[in-house]
Amino acid sequence: MLSLLQKIREAVNKTQVFKSIFRHGYPDTDGNRALVMFSNIILHLHPVRVRRGALKIKFTWCLGGLTFLFFILLAITGVILMFYYVPDTRRAYNDIRDLETVIYFGSLFRAVHRWSAHAMVFSVWMHMTRVFMTGSYKPPREFNWVVGVILLVTTLVLSWTGYLLPWDQLALWAVTVGSKMAEATPFIGAAGPFGPELGFGPENDMAFALLGGTIVGQSALLRFYVLHCLALPLITALFIAVHFWRIRKDGFSGPL
Amino acid sequence: MSEKVSDSAQVTTKSSRLSAMIKKTAAGKVAPENTVLVWPNLVYLELICMMVAVSVILFLSLVAPAPLEELASADTTPNPTKAPWYFLGLQELLVYFDPWLAGMVLPTLMLVGLILIPYLDPNPRGKGYYTFSERKFSMLVFSFGLGLWYALIFVGVFFRGLDWSWYWPWDDWHVHQPAGAAKLIDLEIILQSSLGLSESPLITLGRYAVTTANLLTWVILGAFYGIGFTVPFLFFRDFYRKLGFVRYNLVMFFFISMMGVPMKIFVRLLADVKYVLVTPWFKI
Repeated sequence: MLSLLQKIREAVNKTQVFKSIFRHGYPDTDGNRALVMFSNIILHLHPVRVRRGALKIKFTWCLGGLTFLFFILLAITGVILMFYYVPDTRRAYNDIRDLETVIYFGSLFRAVHRWSAHAMVFSVWMHMTRVFMTGSYKPPREFNWVVGVILLVTTLVLSWTGYLLPWDQLALWAVTVGSKMAEATPFIGAAGPFGPELGFGPENDMAFALLGGTIVGQSALLRFYVLHCLALPLITALFIAVHFWRIRKDGFSGPL
Repeated sequence: MSEKVSDSAQVTTKSSRLSAMIKKTAAGKVAPENTVLVWPNLVYLELICMMVAVSVILFLSLVAPAPLEELASADTTPNPTKAPWYFLGLQELLVYFDPWLAGMVLPTLMLVGLILIPYLDPNPRGKGYYTFSERKFSMLVFSFGLGLWYALIFVGVFFRGLDWSWYWPWDDWHVHQPAGAAKLIDLEIILQSSLGLSESPLITLGRYAVTTANLLTWVILGAFYGIGFTVPFLFFRDFYRKLGFVRYNLVMFFFISMMGVPMKIFVRLLADVKYVLVTPWFKI
């Protein structure tokens, strides 16, 4: 049975189609195992060889990779949810109701999106804690820690902007709490220290910029939608790329 | 013919480079016998990890689908109004600090402090392995901040009910707790009445009437930072010497500010102090 499978695989590996896609044989020789890291766009994030210590689960707990996985899950389910959702205050809530009740697997996609979001916030925190505890931010990896903090911020803002989109009571009031804080920004918030003195009122302050108005309404929903589905994922993906690139350039800090 | 030669020469350099890569690692200086090929060793580990994580997410999604409440309405304010759990630490801080501090200045300080960590920690030991004994100070400070963050979130999630009052798990969460906020009092009023200080202002700067008691609260806040900066400088010379002037001042600023958060919480809980410092523009 095994030899039959092997024969089939060998036959497939010889076809023009297989060769055109992978450019080398199945990675069962050292040479092909190295080549696969060069020729595969996803695998090329890895080096060809790693130190044995890098495989120790008790060192990394897979947390950085898990965070990336949750980001990918969020991107996939997010795109699916976008097919069914219109950021209009008159229909956003009903679109979510449809997802829950009418659309095949709508409820599941929404639940996976939500759980992945919670998991991503949590795994980012855990990953940062691990990186601190192993001192992996120390030279020459200082800047990658900074990139990591930026990714922490984009993760939190992504979660927060997504919170508004279902347009239910939970969404509206959680975002209202946040916009009250934006109103209190020092110097540029209407209710913040020195804000009114510098000419900032409810019609031109930080909260106004965030919400596109003085209340959490249609402009706020559109802004949060665009930030959540377009701007922030792009920024996050960019910084993830830098983050991974720097891991490769700075090397891995783990044990032998 | 010549084309063929150059082609094969290219192949040779390419393959020799490749064989070098097979032996080499990202770190470069590690002996090959201490390294393994990423395929299959790491790739398979990642695959297993990924499958476990996706299974957990799918399981959670099936047993606990995403909630959907009533349609958003500006007319009905839920009580309590809770932010998502990862922001409940900040929302809990709103009990003890005004929104400009709890929602803006403190989170900004946290993030800037986090960004600065690698530049403020000059200790070369403890890189790439878990250790407490080789880097006690940084470990303790980070763990303290982290503990504080999680404690605030824990309180926000599990102990805050109607009107953001404190509820034990065995309390009836549908009944309002008796209001206790009315007896809160500013530190300068406490000082004024207990020390018998004059209520008339020493100087008036526009809207700001500076009384003796108010000046005293400035002195107390200044002393909090002043003592914090001076004591390690005088008595822990080694600590200061290792950090140097710029790093020392940054470390101490963030450290003292972080310690100020639980201190304000305690002052509020134990002495019912609302603000330790009051100006017409901001209150702390």
